[in-house]
Amino acid sequence: MTETGAATELLAMRDVRVTYQTSEGPLPAVRGVDLVVRRGEVVGVAGESGCGKSTLVSTVLRLQPKDAEVEGAVEVLGDDVQTMKWGDLRALRWAGASIVFQGALHSLNPVQRVGRQIAEPIGVHEPGLSTDAVDRRVSELLEQVGLSASRARSYPHQLSGGQKQRVMIAMALACRPQLIVADEPTTALDVMVQAQILDLLRALVRDLDVGLMIISHDLSVLADICDRVLVMYAGRVVESGTAAEVFADPKHPYTAALSGAFPRIGDQAARYSPGGLAGDPPDPRSLPDGCSFAPRCPRVVERCTSAEPPLADVGGRPVACIRAGEP
Amino acid sequence: MTAGPTDAGAAPLLEARGVTVEFLTRAGHAARALDGVDLSVQPGEVLALVGESGSGKTTLARTLMGLQRPTRGQVLLEGRPLDYSARGLRSYRRRVQMVLQDAAGALNPRQNVYESVAEGIRLHGRAKSDDQGRSEAELVAAAMSDAGLRPPEKLFLRFPHELSGGQKQRVLIAGALALRPELLLADEPVSSLDASIRGEILALLLKLRQELGMGVVVVTHDLGLAWNIADRIAVMYLGRVVECGTTEEVLIAPRHPYTKALLSVVPEIEGLEPVVLTGEIPDPTRIPAGCRFHPRCPALADGTAERADVAGACRTEPLEVLPGTGEHRTACHLDRVMSSTPR
Repeated sequence: MTETGAATELLAMRDVRVTYQTSEGPLPAVRGVDLVVRRGEVVGVAGESGCGKSTLVSTVLRLQPKDAEVEGAVEVLGDDVQTMKWGDLRALRWAGASIVFQGALHSLNPVQRVGRQIAEPIGVHEPGLSTDAVDRRVSELLEQVGLSASRARSYPHQLSGGQKQRVMIAMALACRPQLIVADEPTTALDVMVQAQILDLLRALVRDLDVGLMIISHDLSVLADICDRVLVMYAGRVVESGTAAEVFADPKHPYTAALSGAFPRIGDQAARYSPGGLAGDPPDPRSLPDGCSFAPRCPRVVERCTSAEPPLADVGGRPVACIRAGEP
Repeated sequence: MTAGPTDAGAAPLLEARGVTVEFLTRAGHAARALDGVDLSVQPGEVLALVGESGSGKTTLARTLMGLQRPTRGQVLLEGRPLDYSARGLRSYRRRVQMVLQDAAGALNPRQNVYESVAEGIRLHGRAKSDDQGRSEAELVAAAMSDAGLRPPEKLFLRFPHELSGGQKQRVLIAGALALRPELLLADEPVSSLDASIRGEILALLLKLRQELGMGVVVVTHDLGLAWNIADRIAVMYLGRVVECGTTEEVLIAPRHPYTKALLSVVPEIEGLEPVVLTGEIPDPTRIPAGCRFHPRCPALADGTAERADVAGACRTEPLEVLPGTGEHRTACHLDRVMSSTPR
């Protein structure tokens, strides 16, 4: 972190809370998250299904469902997305910030050539642009994500999974956003294609000087590409720090379980002994007393159930565990 | 800790000999998804088939399961060729079961857990033939307990949408286990699951091997998974096995440039210098001449093969099919020279 201050903060979330109104009562999906993404920085959010990470992503461009109530501030390029006028929000989407959604491989229109699909947001944001200029821009974008310009004429079914993901990234770049959010961008991909996509994202951050927020359940992927990582559990951040610290020296027992789930090849302790975590995450409508991780925690003691531990400094970074400092 | 059961002298439970599978594409070209694969699985062994999409690993699993007939070559159970008649396949599937990729999609959404698990038991008349005279309900409950769904009675009437991802995968495993198979084929058993559940399912597979002596063939692109549970690994590329050996041999001392590249991109903080191969596995209608990996091979591109005087062979001389058992082997011209040179 060389610079601070609002100017370099592309995304600033302050105490963000999201509650869904459901027929079975309020469901707090996100319970007070602080997160900043600066220019040129890659920030990762790790956690399993239901931890609130995709809900958090949806608030970045006010895409959360109607029954969700959002509290706290979500500022993109200095303006609060949740309160801005509709016209400003429209201008911000694609051009200020864009999202590569999870399951992107199935979200391309199967009966439209991919070039048309990439051109669509350009047409919306720069209606004056000539067809030739749009075509040139589409060609540039395809080449930027490592595809040949002639791919513009392909239909999605003619592309492999990795190529479709590249098209999705080209689309996200179409209107030159400063902030890109990628939700599970490599989940359905092979190791080699995953490595190619991570290389591409890294190069884009470096060359375009954008900020990237990346969501994954695979802590090892985040450790590989991110500058900083936040680990979420049951709607809260339970640990954050540099990617190397969080992956190699997890302080929260949940982070340790996530980190241990993907073994280091060569580690004899992991042979015939897959790491994991018993049980399922809690139902957000009826969270356990005290620490929400306590029912699954291998280190749980009685006082863990008395109050939800706040994020507190443990060895120089925030960890929400009362036992984190103990040996 | 579970010791690997690999006993060099034992007869293989399941074998593939020279298995080739060809498909005709819509344009009328022959696509060779498998191009001569020899493979053997010992009783109680955990074998991992690894490779990228398009390597043929899923086609091989389907062929081992009898879902796909080989164009050439044979699948053998205890030395006897697989009988593809309806009756032959039925008796085969009492002994060899498969758990498909994508647990969420593989369960019938309108069938409750009991019905899903009982389906195989009914199809195979398993309750009538049970040596302990157990009823269908008892067999379903036992299979569910074995798969870690406890207490089973509480889950009988649940529907798939009421289950977590891990529970769905366990229901599929329970359905396969109800038949007490000697071998389970699992296609990417954890790739759609959360990190924390992944360990549980893998531990379950190991426990079933330990307690029931069940062998497992696991198809995966995840080398960490193989390190967690496999005794042996076969690395596949474009329809062939290109390297095989024990898990330690293949993952700690890989010799094929393809295996080395796959290992180098497993995300880790410290580790090998990543070798990110460009492009993807070629189309199986156009298998490259010589070594099928040569157009993407980093050792050919950086001149290592040239210096070892094998570059010509890499481009023109096809490699032979690796035998399905035995020592650590690779299908690689460069490795053949390197391993025969005294070091």
